[in-house]
Amino acid sequence: MSDEQSNGGGGNGAVPSPRGETGEVIDVRRGMFGAKEGGDTSGYGGLVRTVRLPGAASRPYGGWFDEVADELEGALEEQGLVPEEVIEKTVVDRGEITFHIARDHLPVTARVLRDDPALRFEMCTGVSGVHFPGDSGRELHAVYHLRSITHNRLIRLEVSVPDGDPHIPSIVSVYPTNDWHEREAYDFFGIVFDGHPALTRIMMPDDWQGFPQRKDYPLGGIPVEYKGAQIPAPDQRRSYS
Amino acid sequence: MGIEEKLPSGFLLTTVEQAAGWVRKSSVFPATFGLACCAIEMMTTGAGRYDLARFGMEVFRGSPRQADLMIVAGRVSQKMAPVLRQVYDQMPNPKWVISMGVCASSGGMFNNYAIVQGVDHIVPVDIYLPGCPPRPEMLLDAILKLHQKIQGEKLGVNREQAAREAEEAALKALPTIEMKGLLR
Amino acid sequence: MSTSHATPHATDPTASQASARETTEGTVYTVTGGDWDEIATAAARGDDEKIIVNMGPQHPSTHGVLRLILEIDGETVTEARCGIGYLHTGIEKNLEYRNWTQGTTFVTRMDYLTPFFNETAYCLAVEKLLGIEDQVPDRASVIRVMMMELNRISSHLVAIATGGMELGATTVMIYGFRDRELVLDLFELITGLRMNHAYIRPGGLAQDLPAGAVDQVREFVKKMRRNLPEYDKLCTGNPVFKARLKDVGYLDLAGCMALGATGPILRSTGLPHDLRKAQPYCGYETYDFDVPTDTTCDSYGRFLIRLEEMRQSLRIVEQCLDRLEPGPVMVADKKIAWPAQLALGPDGLGNSLDHIRNIMGTSMEALIHHFKLVTEGFRVPPGQAYAAVESAKGELGVHAVSDGGTRPFRVHFRDPSFTNLQTMAAMCEGGQVADVIVAVASIDPVMGGVDR
Repeated sequence: MSDEQSNGGGGNGAVPSPRGETGEVIDVRRGMFGAKEGGDTSGYGGLVRTVRLPGAASRPYGGWFDEVADELEGALEEQGLVPEEVIEKTVVDRGEITFHIARDHLPVTARVLRDDPALRFEMCTGVSGVHFPGDSGRELHAVYHLRSITHNRLIRLEVSVPDGDPHIPSIVSVYPTNDWHEREAYDFFGIVFDGHPALTRIMMPDDWQGFPQRKDYPLGGIPVEYKGAQIPAPDQRRSYS
Repeated sequence: MGIEEKLPSGFLLTTVEQAAGWVRKSSVFPATFGLACCAIEMMTTGAGRYDLARFGMEVFRGSPRQADLMIVAGRVSQKMAPVLRQVYDQMPNPKWVISMGVCASSGGMFNNYAIVQGVDHIVPVDIYLPGCPPRPEMLLDAILKLHQKIQGEKLGVNREQAAREAEEAALKALPTIEMKGLLR
Repeated sequence: MSTSHATPHATDPTASQASARETTEGTVYTVTGGDWDEIATAAARGDDEKIIVNMGPQHPSTHGVLRLILEIDGETVTEARCGIGYLHTGIEKNLEYRNWTQGTTFVTRMDYLTPFFNETAYCLAVEKLLGIEDQVPDRASVIRVMMMELNRISSHLVAIATGGMELGATTVMIYGFRDRELVLDLFELITGLRMNHAYIRPGGLAQDLPAGAVDQVREFVKKMRRNLPEYDKLCTGNPVFKARLKDVGYLDLAGCMALGATGPILRSTGLPHDLRKAQPYCGYETYDFDVPTDTTCDSYGRFLIRLEEMRQSLRIVEQCLDRLEPGPVMVADKKIAWPAQLALGPDGLGNSLDHIRNIMGTSMEALIHHFKLVTEGFRVPPGQAYAAVESAKGELGVHAVSDGGTRPFRVHFRDPSFTNLQTMAAMCEGGQVADVIVAVASIDPVMGGVDR
């Protein structure tokens, strides 16, 4: 499905939401109704759908986004880093700005975002893992939302790592609140946060096998029996997505 | 009470089973085993409007050793299952279990990796109470039904006999999939 | 329950009920009851009185299935940790196998004391992904605000009630649940359910207010205004209550910011941070209300803030009632609006028979549309969005990712209870064992929200 939707028109009137023309392909789906290996009599077997996420935006981003981006780049230069190496790309979508950060530079970036008086993102609302099995080389994404109470702003950092090497430096030393959040992301997605004080499972029992919220981990439901009928588990039914 | 007038000589004849059942059902002590949404409704049942005290049950015991009824109120996760079984094992006999809510009874809408699909995989259940969550009135009804069950409970040899009969009946019962119903 | 002794010591091999095993940390006893003498004698041989006690996950005063691991030295807690996950339900994963509208049915069961906040946050995120925030009708937003504020009252009432019960003040619990019933009556009248409503849907609401609801809510506001001072009389000036709560569970602003605590915990440090004011949603900027704060940083301050927030919520509810105007409660876009025309039948709430008769008998297109939208659902353009609301417990954030399909690709909830519970260690260490209960009660964690 292509991006046919026009500007999302965020709640904040001052912030436009330009959308990249092409977007970024994260997956290509074929067929329909979840039929994968033959047996598809629906006639939709030849259907090809490319999944594109909004792509990188170019300057000006609009509103206060430019200010934050300028300050961040300036602060990173002060740290002796090249901003282009730290910020892989910047996405502006639906009135929200996302900085894609190279994983090695995440702790520095987080510290700068927290401590620089012009940025001052003093609160982190945790990390959310997302698993894109079709996005080869960047399967696991860790998404951080940072809130600045001083400037009343919210930005998003995104770090992507390959499935084979799921290591991201921990930012617990910068935002202690991420302690449990990183444990949760590890528990569900198997993202290893290097430098975390005690990276253990938090939700699942300690001896649990696998990382349950990955896309390749089945939902784990059982078929339900009714009088005279059996209803398969939700992940075994046909789907439209 | 009014019973005195009906007992001309002050005597009442009954069986030991009946008397024991009557005594047992009149002072059931539930253990606090609140898990999720249903626990809030269970607490509501204990509070003012629904007033579980009318059935002599308002004292929820913190220790399973002082309780004889476990109301499994809410979804049981795989991580909680061993804890639940241990609490059940610590309760003295005779003991009863109400599986409150659809999650505890069958897993309900959470048919997934995290939830035990029915608490009867872990402990024997006496009353299944549907609803998500069941209203306090429904819990009261389940408790009254349990009272009836406790009242009719057998003792000694009769108890073994009853258990054998129940087992035979269960073995003979038709599996759900073979039953005729709306879908066949 | 297991208790471990911090210093290594040989144990009596004739242990009957308490089985002991040696670990690197010392002797670990597994206690099954009735064997405290042995533990006590073994503990007495040690050079200190440090004992690690597991409280929960099944414990009457830990607010549900929370497990507290306390290292205590006499009566003093030297280290405190939480064990969570005993109510992990896999809701986030389940959402990925249902369409976007069905998602509200799941999210409402996360933090079961604040269902309307969960639903609103989720729906705001979906609406942001769809780009239809501006199209949500005013009436729907006003009713959302009204339901959320009523929900804030019911949630705070449970916080105060269970908090009181854990202190041993059963009267507070009876009062709290009495008033909560009044709110639940309204919920039942409006949504049909006492809990777990799934009333707020992407694009608006499931249905409009029923006849007589406005009068009932007005009646409730009056009644609640009369009842709230009773908590003041019962608790606020009560010397025992004050002695138990004051200076207990202390966490200052720096601690709150570092640990990400929000809601009454943050406001008890004097910072008036409230998303309703800072980043308004659902039109909160047009309502007149105050954000109560306190500078005590302790449990008592949080109790006072909760009490005052209930008064402010009543103010907002009244303003909602005044500005309710007739109109639609769902977006006009028929590709998104759930086609249900609900009506109450003998078998409960369901599709209106007239509506079914109409689409079945007169319009093939309407039938196809209904079928497609209900079985397949609407498609959401790819991308991600974060929406946050100020729930009764703090910032409730939703991170929703769509791949352009009819189902969420990933939905993550940043639940305030989860984050706030992390502050438990900072609040309890160095205090007494009895104060742990007070501190945890003042955090007001709901395990359904913590574990999801």
